[in-house]
Amino acid sequence: MGIAIEAAVALVKIAVVLGAVSLVVAYLTYLERKIIARIQVRMGPMRVGWHGLLQPIADGIKLLLKEDIIPAKADRVVFVLAPIMVLVPAFVVYSVLPFSPSFYITQVNVGLFFIIAVSSLGVFGIVMAGWASNSKYSLVGALRSAAQMLSYEIFLGFSIIGPLMLAGSLNMQKIVEAQSEVWFVFYQPLAFVVFFIAALAETNRVPFDLPEAETELVAGFHTEYSGMKFAFFFLAEYANIMVVSTVAVTLFFGGWQGIGWIPLPGFVWYVLKLGAMIFVFIWIRATLPRYRYDQLMRLGWKFMFPLVMANIFLTGLVKFLFL
Amino acid sequence: MELPFFYLFAAGIVGASLLMVTRANVIHAALSLVLVFLFMAGLFVLAGAEFLAGVQILIYAGGIMVLYLFSIMLMNVGVAVRLRQWHRQSALAFLAAALLALEVWVVLWKVSLPAGKAWPWQLGQTPGNVEALGMVLYTKFLFPFEVASVLLLAAMIGAIVLAKRQITR
Repeated sequence: MGIAIEAAVALVKIAVVLGAVSLVVAYLTYLERKIIARIQVRMGPMRVGWHGLLQPIADGIKLLLKEDIIPAKADRVVFVLAPIMVLVPAFVVYSVLPFSPSFYITQVNVGLFFIIAVSSLGVFGIVMAGWASNSKYSLVGALRSAAQMLSYEIFLGFSIIGPLMLAGSLNMQKIVEAQSEVWFVFYQPLAFVVFFIAALAETNRVPFDLPEAETELVAGFHTEYSGMKFAFFFLAEYANIMVVSTVAVTLFFGGWQGIGWIPLPGFVWYVLKLGAMIFVFIWIRATLPRYRYDQLMRLGWKFMFPLVMANIFLTGLVKFLFL
Repeated sequence: MELPFFYLFAAGIVGASLLMVTRANVIHAALSLVLVFLFMAGLFVLAGAEFLAGVQILIYAGGIMVLYLFSIMLMNVGVAVRLRQWHRQSALAFLAAALLALEVWVVLWKVSLPAGKAWPWQLGQTPGNVEALGMVLYTKFLFPFEVASVLLLAAMIGAIVLAKRQITR
Protein backbone atom coordinates (compact mmCIF):
# COMPACT_ATOMS: atom_id res chain seq x y z
CA MET A 1 0.00 0.00 0.00
CA GLY A 2 2.79 2.40 0.96
CA ILE A 3 4.25 2.54 -2.49
CA ALA A 4 0.85 3.20 -4.10
CA ILE A 5 0.21 6.19 -1.83
CA GLU A 6 3.69 7.50 -2.46
CA ALA A 7 3.17 7.19 -6.19
CA ALA A 8 -0.19 8.98 -5.96
CA VAL A 9 1.32 11.84 -3.94
CA ALA A 10 4.17 12.11 -6.43
CA LEU A 11 1.72 12.20 -9.34
CA VAL A 12 -0.32 14.97 -7.71
CA LYS A 13 2.86 16.97 -7.09
CA ILE A 14 3.94 16.47 -10.70
CA ALA A 15 0.52 17.60 -11.93
CA VAL A 16 0.64 20.71 -9.73
CA VAL A 17 4.15 21.65 -10.86
CA LEU A 18 3.37 20.95 -14.51
CA GLY A 19 0.20 23.04 -14.42
CA ALA A 20 1.82 25.90 -12.52
CA VAL A 21 4.88 25.95 -14.75
CA SER A 22 2.79 25.92 -17.93
CA LEU A 23 0.73 28.86 -16.69
CA VAL A 24 3.75 30.82 -15.44
CA VAL A 25 5.56 30.18 -18.71
CA ALA A 26 2.59 31.54 -20.66
CA TYR A 27 2.64 34.66 -18.51
CA LEU A 28 6.40 35.03 -18.92
CA THR A 29 5.74 35.85 -22.57
CA TYR A 30 3.39 38.61 -21.38
CA LEU A 31 5.95 39.84 -18.86
CA GLU A 32 8.65 39.90 -21.51
CA ARG A 33 6.49 41.89 -23.94
CA LYS A 34 5.47 44.34 -21.22
CA ILE A 35 8.96 44.91 -19.84
CA ILE A 36 10.56 45.32 -23.26
CA ALA A 37 7.75 47.66 -24.26
CA ARG A 38 8.35 49.79 -21.15
CA ILE A 39 12.10 49.87 -21.79
CA GLN A 40 11.39 51.02 -25.35
CA VAL A 41 8.82 53.59 -24.12
CA ARG A 42 5.85 51.72 -25.56
CA MET A 43 2.77 50.32 -23.85
CA GLY A 44 2.97 46.69 -24.93
CA PRO A 45 -0.20 44.54 -25.11
CA MET A 46 -3.15 46.63 -23.81
CA ARG A 47 -6.27 45.36 -25.62
CA VAL A 48 -7.12 41.92 -24.25
CA GLY A 49 -8.24 42.31 -20.65
CA TRP A 50 -7.02 44.92 -18.15
CA HIS A 51 -3.60 46.12 -19.37
CA GLY A 52 -3.54 43.12 -21.73
CA LEU A 53 -3.55 40.59 -18.90
CA LEU A 54 -5.51 38.04 -20.93
CA GLN A 55 -3.15 38.32 -23.89
CA PRO A 56 -1.30 35.00 -23.22
CA ILE A 57 -4.65 33.14 -23.09
CA ALA A 58 -5.71 34.72 -26.38
CA ASP A 59 -2.32 33.83 -27.89
CA GLY A 60 -2.65 30.26 -26.70
CA ILE A 61 -6.11 29.86 -28.23
CA LYS A 62 -4.90 31.41 -31.46
CA LEU A 63 -1.94 29.02 -31.70
CA LEU A 64 -4.12 26.01 -30.88
CA LEU A 65 -6.62 26.85 -33.61
CA LYS A 66 -4.08 27.71 -36.29
CA GLU A 67 -3.48 25.39 -39.20
CA ASP A 68 -0.62 23.04 -38.51
CA ILE A 69 1.55 23.01 -41.62
CA ILE A 70 4.18 20.36 -42.35
CA PRO A 71 6.29 21.29 -45.39
CA ALA A 72 5.99 18.79 -48.27
CA LYS A 73 9.73 18.10 -48.38
CA ALA A 74 10.16 17.83 -44.63
CA ASP A 75 11.15 14.64 -42.84
CA ARG A 76 7.74 14.09 -41.24
CA VAL A 77 8.67 11.90 -38.27
CA VAL A 78 11.61 14.02 -37.13
CA PHE A 79 9.68 17.21 -37.85
CA VAL A 80 6.86 16.13 -35.50
CA LEU A 81 9.21 14.75 -32.83
CA ALA A 82 11.44 17.84 -32.67
CA PRO A 83 9.12 20.17 -30.67
CA ILE A 84 8.43 17.34 -28.21
CA MET A 85 12.15 16.70 -27.87
CA VAL A 86 12.65 20.37 -26.96
CA LEU A 87 9.79 20.51 -24.49
CA VAL A 88 10.30 17.24 -22.58
CA PRO A 89 13.82 17.91 -21.17
CA ALA A 90 12.77 21.44 -20.25
CA PHE A 91 9.96 20.03 -18.07
CA VAL A 92 11.74 16.90 -16.78
CA VAL A 93 14.29 19.10 -15.03
CA TYR A 94 11.57 20.51 -12.75
CA SER A 95 11.46 17.14 -10.96
CA VAL A 96 14.61 17.96 -8.95
CA LEU A 97 14.25 21.72 -8.43
CA PRO A 98 13.80 22.76 -4.78
CA PHE A 99 10.86 25.19 -4.64
CA SER A 100 10.77 25.43 -0.85
CA PRO A 101 12.15 23.48 2.15
CA SER A 102 9.26 21.03 1.97
CA PHE A 103 7.97 21.24 -1.59
CA TYR A 104 9.89 19.40 -4.27
CA ILE A 105 9.02 16.42 -6.43
CA THR A 106 12.06 14.34 -5.64
CA GLN A 107 15.55 14.61 -4.19
CA VAL A 108 18.38 13.08 -6.15
CA ASN A 109 21.94 12.71 -4.93
CA VAL A 110 23.19 14.02 -8.23
CA GLY A 111 20.46 16.67 -8.56
CA LEU A 112 22.50 19.45 -10.08
CA PHE A 113 24.33 17.07 -12.37
CA PHE A 114 20.98 15.66 -13.47
CA ILE A 115 19.80 19.17 -14.41
CA ILE A 116 22.92 19.89 -16.46
CA ALA A 117 22.74 16.50 -18.18
CA VAL A 118 19.04 16.59 -19.04
CA SER A 119 19.03 20.19 -20.19
CA SER A 120 21.91 19.35 -22.53
CA LEU A 121 19.42 17.19 -24.43
CA GLY A 122 17.27 20.16 -25.43
CA VAL A 123 19.66 20.99 -28.25
CA PHE A 124 18.60 17.79 -30.04
CA GLY A 125 15.12 19.16 -30.56
CA ILE A 126 16.57 22.30 -32.14
CA VAL A 127 18.96 20.35 -34.35
CA MET A 128 16.18 17.94 -35.35
CA ALA A 129 13.81 20.79 -36.13
CA GLY A 130 16.37 22.58 -38.25
CA TRP A 131 17.35 19.54 -40.22
CA ALA A 132 13.86 18.05 -40.67
CA SER A 133 12.38 21.32 -41.99
CA ASN A 134 14.47 20.93 -45.15
CA SER A 135 14.97 24.68 -45.34
CA LYS A 136 18.26 26.54 -45.61
CA TYR A 137 17.44 29.03 -42.87
CA SER A 138 16.42 26.28 -40.49
CA LEU A 139 19.52 24.22 -41.22
CA VAL A 140 21.84 27.17 -40.60
CA GLY A 141 20.00 27.82 -37.34
CA ALA A 142 20.42 24.19 -36.31
CA LEU A 143 24.13 24.18 -37.16
CA ARG A 144 24.67 27.32 -35.13
CA SER A 145 22.77 25.83 -32.24
CA ALA A 146 24.92 22.68 -32.23
CA ALA A 147 28.17 24.65 -32.41
CA GLN A 148 27.00 27.08 -29.74
CA MET A 149 26.00 24.27 -27.45
CA LEU A 150 29.37 22.53 -27.84
CA SER A 151 31.19 25.70 -26.85
CA TYR A 152 28.94 26.73 -23.98
CA GLU A 153 27.96 23.49 -22.29
CA ILE A 154 31.56 23.00 -21.19
CA PHE A 155 32.06 26.17 -19.21
CA LEU A 156 28.50 26.04 -17.97
CA GLY A 157 29.50 22.75 -16.38
CA PHE A 158 32.77 24.14 -15.04
CA SER A 159 31.19 27.31 -13.64
CA ILE A 160 29.08 25.32 -11.17
CA ILE A 161 32.11 23.51 -9.79
CA GLY A 162 33.23 26.47 -7.65
CA PRO A 163 29.98 26.68 -5.64
CA LEU A 164 29.87 22.88 -5.56
CA MET A 165 33.26 22.77 -3.87
CA LEU A 166 31.88 25.09 -1.19
CA ALA A 167 28.63 23.15 -0.75
CA GLY A 168 30.21 19.71 -0.93
CA SER A 169 27.12 18.15 -2.47
CA LEU A 170 25.24 17.84 -5.75
CA ASN A 171 21.92 17.60 -3.94
CA MET A 172 19.92 20.79 -4.61
CA GLN A 173 18.42 20.94 -1.10
CA LYS A 174 21.82 20.53 0.54
CA ILE A 175 23.30 23.25 -1.65
CA VAL A 176 20.58 25.62 -0.42
CA GLU A 177 21.14 24.60 3.20
CA ALA A 178 24.88 25.24 2.86
CA GLN A 179 24.08 28.91 2.17
CA SER A 180 22.17 29.60 5.38
CA GLU A 181 24.78 32.18 6.45
CA VAL A 182 26.36 33.63 3.33
CA TRP A 183 25.14 33.29 -0.25
CA PHE A 184 27.68 31.76 -2.57
CA VAL A 185 27.48 34.74 -4.91
CA PHE A 186 29.68 36.61 -2.43
CA TYR A 187 32.28 33.84 -2.41
CA GLN A 188 32.00 33.08 -6.12
CA PRO A 189 31.18 36.26 -8.04
CA LEU A 190 33.27 35.19 -11.02
CA ALA A 191 31.56 31.81 -11.23
CA PHE A 192 28.19 33.56 -11.11
CA VAL A 193 29.02 35.90 -13.99
CA VAL A 194 30.32 33.02 -16.10
CA PHE A 195 27.31 30.88 -15.22
CA PHE A 196 24.92 33.65 -16.14
CA ILE A 197 26.56 34.19 -19.53
CA ALA A 198 26.55 30.45 -20.20
CA ALA A 199 22.89 30.35 -19.16
CA LEU A 200 22.06 33.06 -21.69
CA ALA A 201 23.75 30.97 -24.37
CA GLU A 202 22.11 27.77 -23.15
CA THR A 203 18.63 29.26 -23.46
CA ASN A 204 19.44 30.87 -26.84
CA ARG A 205 18.71 34.32 -25.51
CA VAL A 206 20.07 37.66 -26.67
CA PRO A 207 23.03 38.27 -27.10
CA PHE A 208 23.44 34.58 -28.04
CA ASP A 209 20.20 34.05 -29.99
CA LEU A 210 22.08 33.04 -33.13
CA PRO A 211 20.00 29.88 -33.79
CA GLU A 212 16.91 32.01 -34.37
CA ALA A 213 18.46 35.37 -35.32
CA GLU A 214 15.32 36.97 -36.80
CA THR A 215 17.25 39.59 -38.71
CA GLU A 216 19.37 37.07 -40.62
CA LEU A 217 17.59 33.71 -40.65
CA VAL A 218 13.86 34.61 -40.77
CA ALA A 219 13.20 32.66 -37.58
CA GLY A 220 16.13 30.25 -37.57
CA PHE A 221 15.43 26.65 -36.66
CA HIS A 222 11.66 27.12 -36.26
CA THR A 223 11.08 28.99 -39.53
CA GLU A 224 8.85 26.23 -40.93
CA TYR A 225 6.85 25.59 -37.78
CA SER A 226 3.34 26.84 -37.17
CA GLY A 227 0.47 26.43 -34.74
CA MET A 228 0.97 24.40 -31.59
CA LYS A 229 4.36 23.00 -32.64
CA PHE A 230 5.67 26.57 -32.86
CA ALA A 231 4.17 27.25 -29.44
CA PHE A 232 6.06 24.25 -28.05
CA PHE A 233 9.37 25.86 -28.95
CA PHE A 234 8.37 29.02 -27.16
CA LEU A 235 7.09 27.19 -24.10
CA ALA A 236 10.38 25.28 -23.95
CA GLU A 237 12.41 28.47 -24.24
CA TYR A 238 10.62 30.11 -21.32
CA ALA A 239 10.58 26.90 -19.30
CA ASN A 240 14.35 26.75 -19.77
CA ILE A 241 14.73 30.35 -18.65
CA MET A 242 12.93 29.41 -15.45
CA VAL A 243 15.16 26.37 -15.01
CA VAL A 244 18.46 28.23 -15.40
CA SER A 245 17.14 31.06 -13.22
CA THR A 246 16.24 28.54 -10.55
CA VAL A 247 19.67 26.94 -10.77
CA ALA A 248 21.27 30.38 -10.47
CA VAL A 249 19.08 31.24 -7.47
CA THR A 250 19.81 27.87 -5.87
CA LEU A 251 23.55 27.91 -6.46
CA PHE A 252 24.37 31.54 -5.85
CA PHE A 253 21.48 33.27 -4.05
CA GLY A 254 20.54 30.81 -1.33
CA GLY A 255 17.42 29.32 -2.95
CA TRP A 256 14.48 29.57 -0.56
CA GLN A 257 16.61 31.02 2.28
CA GLY A 258 15.38 34.41 3.44
CA ILE A 259 17.27 37.63 4.05
CA GLY A 260 17.77 38.70 7.66
CA TRP A 261 14.74 38.27 9.94
CA ILE A 262 11.98 39.16 7.50
CA PRO A 263 9.38 36.45 8.17
CA LEU A 264 8.31 35.19 4.77
CA PRO A 265 7.77 31.54 3.81
CA GLY A 266 10.58 29.87 1.81
CA PHE A 267 8.49 29.59 -1.30
CA VAL A 268 7.86 33.35 -1.39
CA TRP A 269 11.59 34.04 -1.14
CA TYR A 270 12.19 31.59 -3.96
CA VAL A 271 9.58 33.27 -6.17
CA LEU A 272 10.95 36.75 -5.42
CA LYS A 273 14.50 35.77 -6.31
CA LEU A 274 13.34 33.88 -9.38
CA GLY A 275 11.37 36.92 -10.53
CA ALA A 276 14.39 39.19 -10.13
CA MET A 277 16.54 36.76 -12.08
CA ILE A 278 14.04 36.49 -14.93
CA PHE A 279 13.74 40.26 -15.02
CA VAL A 280 17.50 40.48 -15.64
CA PHE A 281 17.12 38.01 -18.51
CA ILE A 282 14.48 40.19 -20.14
CA TRP A 283 16.37 43.39 -19.38
CA ILE A 284 19.43 42.01 -21.16
CA ARG A 285 17.33 41.12 -24.19
CA ALA A 286 16.17 44.70 -24.43
CA THR A 287 19.68 46.08 -24.00
CA LEU A 288 22.31 44.13 -25.91
CA PRO A 289 22.87 43.49 -29.62
CA ARG A 290 23.62 40.01 -30.95
CA TYR A 291 27.10 38.50 -31.04
CA ARG A 292 28.56 37.45 -34.35
CA TYR A 293 29.13 33.72 -34.81
CA ASP A 294 32.93 33.74 -34.55
CA GLN A 295 32.86 36.24 -31.69
CA LEU A 296 30.67 33.86 -29.74
CA MET A 297 33.10 30.98 -30.28
CA ARG A 298 36.11 33.06 -29.36
CA LEU A 299 34.46 34.41 -26.22
CA GLY A 300 33.51 30.92 -25.16
CA TRP A 301 36.73 29.05 -25.71
CA LYS A 302 39.43 31.67 -25.32
CA PHE A 303 38.03 33.85 -22.55
CA MET A 304 35.35 32.12 -20.50
CA PHE A 305 36.99 28.74 -20.35
CA PRO A 306 40.39 29.86 -18.93
CA LEU A 307 38.54 32.22 -16.57
CA VAL A 308 36.42 29.45 -15.12
CA MET A 309 39.43 27.14 -14.78
CA ALA A 310 41.26 29.87 -12.85
CA ASN A 311 38.20 30.18 -10.61
CA ILE A 312 38.26 26.46 -9.80
CA PHE A 313 41.97 26.62 -9.07
CA LEU A 314 41.58 29.66 -6.78
CA THR A 315 38.62 28.13 -4.96
CA GLY A 316 40.59 24.96 -4.34
CA LEU A 317 43.61 26.91 -3.13
CA VAL A 318 41.61 29.08 -0.75
CA LYS A 319 39.66 26.11 0.54
CA PHE A 320 42.86 24.14 1.13
CA LEU A 321 44.68 26.99 2.88
CA PHE A 322 42.00 28.70 4.96
CA LEU A 323 39.06 26.36 5.48
CA MET B 1 10.12 -2.92 -8.52
CA GLU B 2 13.39 -2.65 -10.41
CA LEU B 3 12.93 -5.70 -12.60
CA PRO B 4 10.14 -4.39 -14.88
CA PHE B 5 12.16 -1.22 -15.42
CA PHE B 6 15.23 -3.26 -16.24
CA TYR B 7 13.30 -5.14 -18.92
CA LEU B 8 11.83 -1.89 -20.22
CA PHE B 9 15.25 -0.28 -20.59
CA ALA B 10 16.83 -3.46 -21.98
CA ALA B 11 14.07 -3.80 -24.58
CA GLY B 12 14.55 -0.12 -25.39
CA ILE B 13 18.27 -0.64 -25.95
CA VAL B 14 17.70 -3.63 -28.21
CA GLY B 15 14.94 -1.92 -30.18
CA ALA B 16 16.81 1.35 -30.62
CA SER B 17 20.02 -0.45 -31.57
CA LEU B 18 18.14 -2.38 -34.25
CA LEU B 19 16.69 0.88 -35.52
CA MET B 20 20.16 2.39 -35.55
CA VAL B 21 21.72 -0.27 -37.76
CA THR B 22 18.74 -0.66 -40.11
CA ARG B 23 17.90 2.97 -40.91
CA ALA B 24 19.07 4.10 -44.34
CA ASN B 25 19.00 7.74 -43.31
CA VAL B 26 22.12 8.62 -41.27
CA ILE B 27 20.31 11.24 -39.19
CA HIS B 28 17.65 8.72 -38.17
CA ALA B 29 20.41 6.27 -37.25
CA ALA B 30 22.20 8.91 -35.15
CA LEU B 31 18.97 9.84 -33.35
CA SER B 32 18.35 6.15 -32.59
CA LEU B 33 21.83 5.99 -31.09
CA VAL B 34 20.86 8.87 -28.79
CA LEU B 35 17.89 6.77 -27.69
CA VAL B 36 20.23 3.86 -26.95
CA PHE B 37 22.34 6.12 -24.74
CA LEU B 38 19.27 7.34 -22.86
CA PHE B 39 18.10 3.80 -22.15
CA MET B 40 21.62 2.86 -21.05
CA ALA B 41 21.57 5.76 -18.62
CA GLY B 42 18.36 4.24 -17.24
CA LEU B 43 20.17 0.93 -16.67
CA PHE B 44 22.99 2.73 -14.87
CA VAL B 45 20.49 4.37 -12.54
CA LEU B 46 18.98 0.99 -11.74
CA ALA B 47 22.46 -0.34 -10.95
CA GLY B 48 22.93 2.48 -8.43
CA ALA B 49 25.44 4.35 -10.57
CA GLU B 50 23.73 7.75 -10.84
CA PHE B 51 26.91 9.59 -11.65
CA LEU B 52 27.68 7.28 -14.54
CA ALA B 53 24.13 7.76 -15.81
CA GLY B 54 24.58 11.53 -15.75
CA VAL B 55 27.93 11.29 -17.52
CA GLN B 56 26.38 8.97 -20.09
CA ILE B 57 23.71 11.56 -20.95
CA LEU B 58 25.94 14.62 -20.67
CA ILE B 59 28.99 13.37 -22.58
CA TYR B 60 27.65 10.79 -25.00
CA ALA B 61 24.13 11.99 -25.74
CA GLY B 62 24.56 15.71 -25.08
CA GLY B 63 28.13 16.15 -26.32
CA ILE B 64 29.43 13.55 -28.74
CA MET B 65 26.16 12.93 -30.56
CA VAL B 66 25.63 16.66 -31.07
CA LEU B 67 29.06 16.74 -32.67
CA TYR B 68 28.09 13.78 -34.89
CA LEU B 69 24.84 15.42 -35.94
CA PHE B 70 26.71 18.64 -36.60
CA SER B 71 29.02 16.91 -39.07
CA ILE B 72 26.29 14.70 -40.58
CA MET B 73 24.12 17.72 -41.31
CA LEU B 74 26.92 19.15 -43.44
CA MET B 75 26.80 16.12 -45.75
CA ASN B 76 24.25 15.39 -48.41
CA VAL B 77 22.10 12.80 -46.65
CA GLY B 78 19.92 12.24 -49.72
CA VAL B 79 22.79 10.67 -51.66
CA ALA B 80 23.70 8.31 -48.84
CA VAL B 81 20.12 7.01 -48.65
CA ARG B 82 20.23 5.85 -52.29
CA LEU B 83 23.43 3.84 -51.81
CA ARG B 84 23.35 0.09 -51.28
CA GLN B 85 22.62 -0.49 -47.58
CA TRP B 86 23.68 -4.09 -47.04
CA HIS B 87 26.98 -5.89 -47.51
CA ARG B 88 26.50 -9.45 -48.79
CA GLN B 89 28.42 -11.01 -45.92
CA SER B 90 25.61 -12.34 -43.76
CA ALA B 91 27.29 -15.74 -43.18
CA LEU B 92 30.41 -14.07 -41.80
CA ALA B 93 28.30 -11.71 -39.70
CA PHE B 94 26.31 -14.58 -38.18
CA LEU B 95 29.53 -16.41 -37.35
CA ALA B 96 31.03 -13.36 -35.64
CA ALA B 97 27.81 -12.71 -33.71
CA ALA B 98 27.62 -16.35 -32.57
CA LEU B 99 31.23 -16.23 -31.36
CA LEU B 100 30.58 -13.03 -29.43
CA ALA B 101 27.40 -14.45 -27.86
CA LEU B 102 29.33 -17.57 -26.83
CA GLU B 103 32.05 -15.46 -25.25
CA VAL B 104 29.57 -13.32 -23.31
CA TRP B 105 27.74 -16.43 -22.15
CA VAL B 106 30.98 -18.11 -20.97
CA VAL B 107 32.06 -15.00 -19.09
CA LEU B 108 28.67 -14.63 -17.38
CA TRP B 109 28.63 -18.32 -16.51
CA LYS B 110 32.13 -18.26 -14.98
CA VAL B 111 31.73 -15.04 -13.02
CA SER B 112 28.35 -15.56 -11.38
CA LEU B 113 28.08 -13.15 -8.48
CA PRO B 114 27.49 -14.72 -5.04
CA ALA B 115 24.04 -13.85 -3.75
CA GLY B 116 23.85 -11.04 -1.22
CA LYS B 117 27.20 -9.54 -2.14
CA ALA B 118 27.03 -6.03 -3.53
CA TRP B 119 28.45 -4.97 -6.82
CA PRO B 120 31.73 -3.06 -6.38
CA TRP B 121 30.15 0.25 -7.36
CA GLN B 122 27.50 -0.03 -4.63
CA LEU B 123 30.02 -0.45 -1.83
CA GLY B 124 30.50 3.21 -1.03
CA GLN B 125 26.82 4.03 -1.21
CA THR B 126 26.50 5.89 2.08
CA PRO B 127 26.09 9.52 0.90
CA GLY B 128 25.51 8.76 -2.79
CA ASN B 129 28.21 7.31 -4.92
CA VAL B 130 29.57 10.55 -6.40
CA GLU B 131 31.72 11.05 -3.31
CA ALA B 132 32.80 7.41 -3.27
CA LEU B 133 33.67 7.53 -6.96
CA GLY B 134 35.73 10.70 -6.50
CA MET B 135 37.56 9.18 -3.54
CA VAL B 136 38.43 6.00 -5.40
CA LEU B 137 39.42 7.82 -8.59
CA TYR B 138 41.81 10.17 -6.83
CA THR B 139 43.36 7.68 -4.38
CA LYS B 140 43.37 4.06 -5.44
CA PHE B 141 43.07 4.56 -9.20
CA LEU B 142 44.94 7.83 -9.48
CA PHE B 143 47.62 6.48 -11.81
CA PRO B 144 45.31 4.81 -14.38
CA PHE B 145 43.09 7.88 -14.21
CA GLU B 146 45.97 10.23 -15.01
CA VAL B 147 47.27 7.91 -17.74
CA ALA B 148 43.83 7.97 -19.35
CA SER B 149 43.80 11.78 -19.25
CA VAL B 150 47.25 12.00 -20.83
CA LEU B 151 46.15 9.55 -23.53
CA LEU B 152 43.07 11.65 -24.30
CA LEU B 153 45.17 14.80 -24.34
CA ALA B 154 47.62 13.20 -26.80
CA ALA B 155 44.74 12.13 -29.04
CA MET B 156 43.32 15.65 -28.95
CA ILE B 157 46.64 17.28 -29.82
CA GLY B 158 47.10 14.73 -32.60
CA ALA B 159 43.71 15.57 -34.07
CA ILE B 160 44.46 19.30 -33.96
CA VAL B 161 47.85 18.79 -35.64
CA LEU B 162 46.25 16.68 -38.40
CA ALA B 163 43.47 19.20 -38.96
CA LYS B 164 45.72 22.30 -38.93
CA ARG B 165 48.58 21.01 -41.03
CA GLN B 166 48.98 24.07 -43.23
CA ILE B 167 49.65 26.61 -40.49
CA THR B 168 52.25 29.12 -41.64
CA ARG B 169 54.00 31.62 -39.50
